[in-house]
Amino acid sequence: MIRVILPYHLRNLAHVGEEVTLEVDGAVTQRSVLDALEARYPMLQGAIRDHITQQRRPFLRFFACEEDLSHESPDAPLPEAVASGKEPFIVIGAIAGG
Amino acid sequence: MSKVRVLVGTRKGAFILESDGKRDQWEISGPHFAGWEMYHVKGSPVDPNRIYASQTSGWFGQMIQRSDDGGKTWHQPGVEPAPPTEPGQMPKPGSNKFVYDAAAAPMTTHQWYDGTQHPWEFKRVWHLEPSLNDRDTVYAGVEDAALFHSTDGAVSWQELPGLRGHGTGPKWQPGAGGMCLHTIILDPSDPKRIYIAISAAGAFRTDDGGKSWKPINKGLYSKYIPNPTAEIGHCVHHVAMNPKRPGLLFMQKHWDVMRSDDAGDNWKEVSGNLPTDFGFVIDVNAHEPETVYVIPIKSDSEHFVHEGKLRVFRSRSGGNEWEPLTKGLPQKDCYVNVLRDAMAVDSLDKCGIYFGTTGGQVYCSNNAGDSWAPIVHDLPAVLSVEVQTLQ
Repeated sequence: MIRVILPYHLRNLAHVGEEVTLEVDGAVTQRSVLDALEARYPMLQGAIRDHITQQRRPFLRFFACEEDLSHESPDAPLPEAVASGKEPFIVIGAIAGG
Repeated sequence: MSKVRVLVGTRKGAFILESDGKRDQWEISGPHFAGWEMYHVKGSPVDPNRIYASQTSGWFGQMIQRSDDGGKTWHQPGVEPAPPTEPGQMPKPGSNKFVYDAAAAPMTTHQWYDGTQHPWEFKRVWHLEPSLNDRDTVYAGVEDAALFHSTDGAVSWQELPGLRGHGTGPKWQPGAGGMCLHTIILDPSDPKRIYIAISAAGAFRTDDGGKSWKPINKGLYSKYIPNPTAEIGHCVHHVAMNPKRPGLLFMQKHWDVMRSDDAGDNWKEVSGNLPTDFGFVIDVNAHEPETVYVIPIKSDSEHFVHEGKLRVFRSRSGGNEWEPLTKGLPQKDCYVNVLRDAMAVDSLDKCGIYFGTTGGQVYCSNNAGDSWAPIVHDLPAVLSVEVQTLQ
């Protein structure tokens, strides 16, 4: 079980609370976690990653285990603590604008 | 008893203002989509309970929302979880997916602020225009400029590539707000005729349902471009038409208020005695095709109303002769702007006129502009105002 924490506006968009849990088959990576997230909550497609390029939207960051993973490869394994459900994978919006 | 429903898009959410036909007592609901930029909210003329909304964010991108009950509840069309069609494949909702049709119209570049060429990039939906005869068909004007449509209630979107592929794209350039297609007018007398306007490219018309487009900018004069009478490059802020007189168009250009009597083929200036002819909004009385409303803004350097006075100017003669309408509007220390999609008219008798300001006020006149009253005065900055006349 993978835990994912979403920022306020994405929670509202998906009609969920702060944290959602997902089952991910195979390797636990940014891509597989976000694929599972978007499959379960299709309204989030395009809101975290660009529809076409699948690149992270520029004003969003990915954190886990007190590390910024935003610039890691989307296919790199996430920390074991995320894969085991001990720690959440955090999607966070940049503090910018008003 | 008639009713009106005013749909307000703001920088931080959408609001719905409802009244009976007297239009002097209002019920306000919202914010819907609190915290999001709501560029435009507009109802279907076929089914007033069907409302489309453009929800956007610099963080999370573009969403399209739809209500089927007059704005009480909303959903993103087509995003219900679905099993993959093949193992390993994702479901493919498309309600917020705006992809330029590069196969039909190869991606070109457009002119950037510094004069260099810049690639087309989708940013947001500025304007949604529901079809006049099918509640599931809706057009979307987007930034970077292109026209999309949906025929399945906004579940999926396809570009009408003939516009972007017109061949003049490299001459289009963004205005201060971006390179947006902000105006879509459907001709009720000819379902294949559509007018659109782009800042800063100009106005275009199709007579074949969007396959091919013709620039309609003859007569425009813009001293801020190298050739002031060029076919392409004019910063058209808004165009309005009374559906009872298709072909009679009024335009608020960056500077200049213009009129065309021949569906945009030729324009002439009708700024007349306006104190300044810079502005964004323009609209036409629902019953009188020659009665036009504008709100002059001081200048393109100072985006607020002239002389600290919020004045709507009305012409009953199709332009040139304008009278200030001030009753009920602040006449000192007022420094708001009124953005291009933030004025609308209802079809009651007398015609109701509505506009919203960047200061968060939404004003209504229930007597064709003779007097005004605020419906609400402390909303976030207003981006758009539309009104539905409900029987």
